[in-house]
Amino acid sequence: MGILEVQNVGKRFGGLQALQDVNLSVKENTIHAIIGPNGAGKSTLLNCLVGKLFPDSGTVQFDGNSVLGRSPYEINQMGISRVFQTPEIFGDLSVMENMMIPIFAKRDGSFSLDALSDFMKHKDIVEGAEKILEEMNMSNKQGMQASSMSRGDKRRLEIGMCLSQEPRLLLLDEPTAGMARADTNNTIDLLKQIGNERDITIAIIEHDMHVVFSLADRITVLAQGTPLVEDVPDKIKGHPKVKEAYLGETAH
Amino acid sequence: MLGLNRKDASLLIIVAILVALAPVLLNPFPEQSGLAQFNAGYPDLMQRFVIFGIFAIGFNILFGLTGYLSFGHAAFLGAGSYAGVWMLKLLTINVIPAIIISTAVAGIFALIIGFISLRRSGIYFSILTLAFAQMSFALAASVLTPITGGETGLQTALDDPRILDGANATGNIPAPSIFGLQMGDSIQLSLGGWLWTFNVGYYLAALVMLSAFYLAIRIFRSPFGIMLRAIKSNQQRLNYTGLNTKPYMLACFVISGMYAGLAGGLMVSMDPLAGAERMQWTASGEVVLMTILGGVGTLIGPVLGAGLIKYFENIFSKINDNLLHKWFAFMPDGAEDFIVSIIYPFVGKGWHLTLGLIFMAVIIFLPGGLVELGQKVAYIFKKKNPTPTSTPNTKPAE
Repeated sequence: MGILEVQNVGKRFGGLQALQDVNLSVKENTIHAIIGPNGAGKSTLLNCLVGKLFPDSGTVQFDGNSVLGRSPYEINQMGISRVFQTPEIFGDLSVMENMMIPIFAKRDGSFSLDALSDFMKHKDIVEGAEKILEEMNMSNKQGMQASSMSRGDKRRLEIGMCLSQEPRLLLLDEPTAGMARADTNNTIDLLKQIGNERDITIAIIEHDMHVVFSLADRITVLAQGTPLVEDVPDKIKGHPKVKEAYLGETAH
Repeated sequence: MLGLNRKDASLLIIVAILVALAPVLLNPFPEQSGLAQFNAGYPDLMQRFVIFGIFAIGFNILFGLTGYLSFGHAAFLGAGSYAGVWMLKLLTINVIPAIIISTAVAGIFALIIGFISLRRSGIYFSILTLAFAQMSFALAASVLTPITGGETGLQTALDDPRILDGANATGNIPAPSIFGLQMGDSIQLSLGGWLWTFNVGYYLAALVMLSAFYLAIRIFRSPFGIMLRAIKSNQQRLNYTGLNTKPYMLACFVISGMYAGLAGGLMVSMDPLAGAERMQWTASGEVVLMTILGGVGTLIGPVLGAGLIKYFENIFSKINDNLLHKWFAFMPDGAEDFIVSIIYPFVGKGWHLTLGLIFMAVIIFLPGGLVELGQKVAYIFKKKNPTPTSTPNTKPAE
């Protein structure tokens, strides 16, 4: 059984059946990609996994526990971190503060009324943040205001923030959307490195085939709200159904 | 020092010195000079400076850190005031129980209002708080008259029970005091042409204000404070980082309300009279103006803003047309009348007009308020060192 088990999930928005009978099993310590043409339901599926949307039917289990009905913060505390399509960081705060907040959340839980101690005097958290910043090659940017960084750096910061919590499952929503080719390649290398060095499962939603085929161990192809095939990248490349799904889109 | 970093500690020390010397510093003009009316160093006004300073510091913990604009903070000031007067009536004329209980009562009140209002954010939150405050005002002025004294207000009386003091049936209504020292007691010091008044009530309020200021610095620098700033910056990210924003917001709202209650308790300790108008929306708006004028999200800004507004309200408003004629008497008659008629709408009863113009200028040119002005001036003075001293969050809040 995989660390993430999605069974018979369906979601309808008014007249649109966004997801129908979605079954998905993500094995532990693999990189699993979910691809599909625009409107295939990739983002809807992701939102069902992190508590933003509640599916109409089906079950979603993480490590044997259901995530349905839980808030995003509870799901995060279970060990799932999410990277957004456009980097979601604390733009007004410094890079260091950005990196320390998730570690606080990991250590002290979802709420702590610690209103008197000095933030920067929590040695363990400062050290943890410094370590991740170094790993992300951002040590020299500690004092910068996060919103003033380049998009690539914001993406690295966001991934770093997620990793600092040592999640068991990292979800990425089109992490290279809108990036220049060089930045895209950097992100691919970073994700590869993370997958190799850490005890972590990665599920990635992606539009860009180049990214998917250089990263994924397994690929699920989603079209019109239903999974078409699931296989290793080499088999997916020439798969007739996949071609059809993508060509069908371009023929519109 | 006191668990603060060097910069914060020196800020606290500077503020403490200024507050301690305020009776001297605010009376720069000799008693007999024509400018004596610009002296602000009399007890009543100085008390108001520090008490509204506390109110604004508390408001800034909510608005400055989280960006949630409460338009009903006067409700907590009023609730604190009523609770304070009741303590003076029921328990003792000593102000300490009154101050403590008004803080607690405002905290409970804030817990209820916050629990409901915080279900929404942005403009809807502001409107909910405004609605609650106006409801409180209307209730206090009418239905709750037995508790609030209605439109005449609530005040101490000679035959109050005062359980701890023992009621006295004869003599004068006792004045609020602290262990025998009355709030109105003062020592006057006359030196040359100057007259300085050192007042018990002022120093008590000042001491409380310094403690409140110190606590605010600690909150700003704490993990709790950083989480509040993170709420302002990106609530979505915070949710997906495993933090539940709701208890953070509620705790912040309650702390902020307790600051307002503390200010209310001090107000009635100085003058044991609480009226419903203290809860009106104009009073809520005033603290918003104070905070924005001084500098939203900065430590010292709200205190400066409170001082500026109270100075205008009490000093600037006293310039009348007789005085203007006296000042411009050196001019030929026609010119004198002309100048006076131009200036007159902006002073005296028209002081709101000047305040409004200043407010507009601050919003447009100095969104960081008086604190930003100070930084710009400091920057010009030490241009050799081109790094600005500190950059508090000067982004205008939503």
